[in-house]
Amino acid sequence: MNLVTARDIGKEYQAGEIRVRALVGLSFDIAPASFVSFVGPSGSGKTTLLNLIGCLDTPTSGTLTVADTDVRKLDRRAGARFRGRNIGFIFQDFNLLPVLTVAENIEYPLQLVLELPAAERRRRVRALLAAVEMEPQADKYPDQISGGQKQRVAVARALVGRPKLVLADEPTANLDHQTAMRVIDLMKRMRDEFATTFIFSTHDPKVVGEAEIIHTLEDGRLLKSENGTGGHHAQSV
Amino acid sequence: MHNLFKIALRNLLRYRRRTLLTTSLIAIGVVFVLLFVAVTGSFKNMMIAQTTDSMLGHLQVHRKGYVASIDNLPLNLNLKGEGLAKLEKILDGRPEVEAWSPRIKFGAMFSTFVETTNIRLNGINPARELATVPLLAARLLEGEATLDPGRIWIPELLARGMKVAVGDTVVVVATNQDGSVNGRQLVVAGILESATGPGGRDGYLHIEDAAAILRLTAPETSEVAIRLHDFKRLPAFAAELDVLLAQELNQQGKPIYELHTWEKLSPFYNIARMIEVMTFFVKLMLIAIVLVSIMNVMIMAVYERIREIGTMAAIGTLPGRILAMFMLEGFSLGVVGAAGGGLFGLLLIKLLNLAEISYDFGRQQGLILQAEIAWGELALISLIVVAGAVLASLQPAFKASRLDPIKALRHV
Repeated sequence: MNLVTARDIGKEYQAGEIRVRALVGLSFDIAPASFVSFVGPSGSGKTTLLNLIGCLDTPTSGTLTVADTDVRKLDRRAGARFRGRNIGFIFQDFNLLPVLTVAENIEYPLQLVLELPAAERRRRVRALLAAVEMEPQADKYPDQISGGQKQRVAVARALVGRPKLVLADEPTANLDHQTAMRVIDLMKRMRDEFATTFIFSTHDPKVVGEAEIIHTLEDGRLLKSENGTGGHHAQSV
Repeated sequence: MHNLFKIALRNLLRYRRRTLLTTSLIAIGVVFVLLFVAVTGSFKNMMIAQTTDSMLGHLQVHRKGYVASIDNLPLNLNLKGEGLAKLEKILDGRPEVEAWSPRIKFGAMFSTFVETTNIRLNGINPARELATVPLLAARLLEGEATLDPGRIWIPELLARGMKVAVGDTVVVVATNQDGSVNGRQLVVAGILESATGPGGRDGYLHIEDAAAILRLTAPETSEVAIRLHDFKRLPAFAAELDVLLAQELNQQGKPIYELHTWEKLSPFYNIARMIEVMTFFVKLMLIAIVLVSIMNVMIMAVYERIREIGTMAAIGTLPGRILAMFMLEGFSLGVVGAAGGGLFGLLLIKLLNLAEISYDFGRQQGLILQAEIAWGELALISLIVVAGAVLASLQPAFKASRLDPIKALRHV
């Protein structure tokens, strides 16, 4: 059973007087616990595709199913609930809440989205802090830690709710290579530990190869799908 | 809610200077409103006290129809006999009544043997009258505060116009109910400061002299002034007494009495009402200050945190929670502003009273300003501020909760 199933999905939007076709006829499947990347140059549709998979947007054509749910049937509220329970997000700019400490940022989805009891929240936050090796910085605020540390916190925040799927849009774009590789390693390790599917977009060729499956986009079309050095599944378009 | 509150407070502290400026603005608004209400309230209370305690009493009872004809001082509408006895019994049986005073009001000719003019007179029982309107004696510019039979207090303007001084003998001539004329010589015992309102330029003489001039054979009274122990109980007491009096009917089955509180008898009531209207508008200005300042801050807060809102929405925060978070920020600003302004305002009122600022009102000099604010008024002003703050943050909070996460995350 696939976690994500896309069939001939397309996305069009109006930009001034121009009708933009951001995605055209994309079809693919993503299995649970896989480590997948979408690559391509700027404007190829990576972010648009991740927005669709992340239920932040809906396709204008085709069908897209995430965790057995047709994303087009989700309204604003239902979409938020679905995301809170099933999807974790890692952003290019980390997007930690500046008024919360590292621990509180990780706790946020448990507290204000999933509303778990305090004891369970504490337990999970401690575990994730340990997993991303951020325990010493638990009480620091985002502006007191480095970019790599911020992204580790973001990874922890994305995983703390035990989502089925984590989406990472250019998670290493603002990091130096060494830190970027560490973050990718961390994501892989988390995938192994929590059996969570990771889908990330990137245009960094050194990072691309770390994915198990690499989908290449160009002008909104899926150009090819291939195995990366991190995996052994192969698909042809 | 606790966590949302925590985030809201931290966000306010994040922009300390802006938060401080906004809460200070609100607090200053609250301070000014409190001072305005306290000082104008002090003037209002003083004016009411002057009016009720120097001539009107807290409320008055007349025979039905008397007040409508009060300019004529009609003797045929005096309370007498059984009607008067019943009223005395009712008033004596009410524990709320501190004192009551019967008055015989009539118009007369006032003569100095050289000149003659008109005068409105009140025949009073001095002890009862002074117990009912204790500031009457304070209106005496000259003379003695006792009014024995054979003596008269006259209004200042009359004394000046007729060149009458304390100790002079004058003649009062009046027509009684039967149309016969009678007069009596009286000695001027005091000169009264004029006061605005009904009875403010009346003279006073002993009720026995009034009865003698009018040749009354049985007790009569034109009006009964009443003073309560607790002025704040006036509306409730007036309502109860009105019901009681309405049960007393004459032989034609119509009510014997009519009751009027001071508000219905004194033009000062309109001034008091004007002060209340001004206070209302000052409160409206406070609301405007709160609305503008909070809305400004909250619009800025939403604009500056669009990406954060996008992040919160993306990771599954429900729109209602985002709305609540921003509304809590506005609420907190309102609470802090109201609390700070309230405390500072109370402190200033206290200092104002300690300074013992004196002022003159009419002939009364050296009145000490006694600014005071009722707890209810303070609570109302605080409530207005907090409600205004919540209202002002509603639109920006709603906008934040409706932001499209994709656009918000893309915001630079």
